[in-house]
Amino acid sequence: MYSEKIVLHIPSNMVDKPIVYKLSRDFDLEFNILKATVIPNEEGVLVLELKGDKNNYDKALRYLEAEKIKIKSLSKDVTRDENKCVHCGLCVGICPVSAFEVELDSRKIIFKQDKCIACGMCVNVCPYKAMEIKL
Amino acid sequence: MGKTIAEINEKIKKGEAVVVTAEEMIDIVKEKGSETAAQDVDVVTTGTFGPMCSSGAYLNLGHTSPKFKFGGGRTTLNGIEVYTGLAAVDIYLGATALSEDDPKNKVYPGKFKYGGGHVIQDLVEGKDIELEATSYGTDCYPGKRLNNIINLNDINEAVLFNPRNLYQNYNVAVNLSDKVIYTYMGTLKPNLGNANYCSAGQLSPLLNDPYYRTIGIGTKIFLGGGVGFVSWWGTQHNPGVKRADNGTPLTPSGTAAVIGDLKRMSGEWLKGVSFLGYGATLSVGIGVPIPILDEDMAKFTGVSDEDISTSIVDYSKAYPEGISESVGRATYAELKSGKIIIKDKEVITAGISSYYKAKEIAEELKTWIKKGDFFLTEPVAQFPDAESGYKFKPMKMRKLKGGE
Ligand code: SF4
Ligand code: SF4
Repeated sequence: MYSEKIVLHIPSNMVDKPIVYKLSRDFDLEFNILKATVIPNEEGVLVLELKGDKNNYDKALRYLEAEKIKIKSLSKDVTRDENKCVHCGLCVGICPVSAFEVELDSRKIIFKQDKCIACGMCVNVCPYKAMEIKL
Repeated sequence: MGKTIAEINEKIKKGEAVVVTAEEMIDIVKEKGSETAAQDVDVVTTGTFGPMCSSGAYLNLGHTSPKFKFGGGRTTLNGIEVYTGLAAVDIYLGATALSEDDPKNKVYPGKFKYGGGHVIQDLVEGKDIELEATSYGTDCYPGKRLNNIINLNDINEAVLFNPRNLYQNYNVAVNLSDKVIYTYMGTLKPNLGNANYCSAGQLSPLLNDPYYRTIGIGTKIFLGGGVGFVSWWGTQHNPGVKRADNGTPLTPSGTAAVIGDLKRMSGEWLKGVSFLGYGATLSVGIGVPIPILDEDMAKFTGVSDEDISTSIVDYSKAYPEGISESVGRATYAELKSGKIIIKDKEVITAGISSYYKAKEIAEELKTWIKKGDFFLTEPVAQFPDAESGYKFKPMKMRKLKGGE
């Protein structure tokens, strides 16, 4: 059995479509919703764990792509350039899953990569371009 | 018993001065009381690091052969427009300048990946910069078109000159609307989705000398990693606002203009930044030493985040429409706790200025003074103070004669 965690960026006009239902009905995949967020007037972000036959999984991805849904694999590809980060904290308030924490005394901003769902918000918001995402 | 700046400098020379950061001063005043603290401590160092849009640098490019008059023509550095309305080879590079090709907010929200602030950082880091210029040509300056590579080391003067830095307190920005907004205070999520503040609070220079007693024209400072001076009060200086009993203003108030040799600064403390949907600018690191002349100065520098508060402003309506209206108040201690309550809602807070780097600056300046590398200056003139009646006014709107 094949299993993979993926992040789906769903365009705003697709947010109300039964995408997950289709994945399970048409491609016989088991799913587990790890996180679902709607970023207002932008898009929906859905983090899924999918399990099933590898062939079906590949077909499901093609279906998602055809629907213009952006697919990313989870978290590994969001990184912080430590030389560029000045620990301002702007990312803290913007991250939908609280992947940034403020260290109490030093006021350093800690990036908890394991929490990140690769939504990309901090990449655009960080004024110092310290956050990088590989697509 | 008071101390003079000359006496403090004498102690610095002998390596005997007691220098602490504004953060350390809080506990010293709490433990010993302000009277003893004033006797024990000679200098308190402050610091701040954050985006300061009213920043820029003037450069003297040196003459070419045949001669070229940049003045009155059009010049870009790495594609970024600079101001040429000065003498033949003097230009001013502003932090928020953009390239003509930047899509700006036509593709909303604009990314503003590279602007004047970034050119300043590249210059300071010793990178080669592409210069392109056109001019009209004169008998004494015949050149009409110029493409060249310049470097900070090769040009004559390069002077950072910022008409307004060091805001004494600043608003907290929130968004009451139901749409995301992109501001100079960061991206603000709808319906009070987050709250952004921008002051080092207890470490911030002018909050430690609330009545501008020791900080004035001529004050020597840490500027962008080098040495600079306060050259004037800053634009929009507004000393007459309401103040707390400890002297700190309740809303944005005093400002300072600063100047210093760009060639001695570093990219560690001058960083080009891009605000999504707003523009490009420069983050500047500044540290100001405060001489503890008497008990009052010890009290002022002992101020802590619990005792400094500011107003929360809606940037979806009140700010853009120029309505002076606040949706609440918060202290910097509350803001730094990570959450505040606004209209019964818990809202996540985030800083724009870096307290982490502000602290590094205060420490660095402390080291300079302790080593005897940096002496304090007496201001040559004071800023307009809280009683002066000096005010920050909105633009007066008038119609041209013959208009409607
Ligand atoms: S917004 Fe950027 S510079 Fe600021 S703390 Fe986050 S990653 Fe670092
Ligand atoms: S990409 Fe950035 S904002 Fe999005 S979840 Fe990861 S850390 Fe948070």
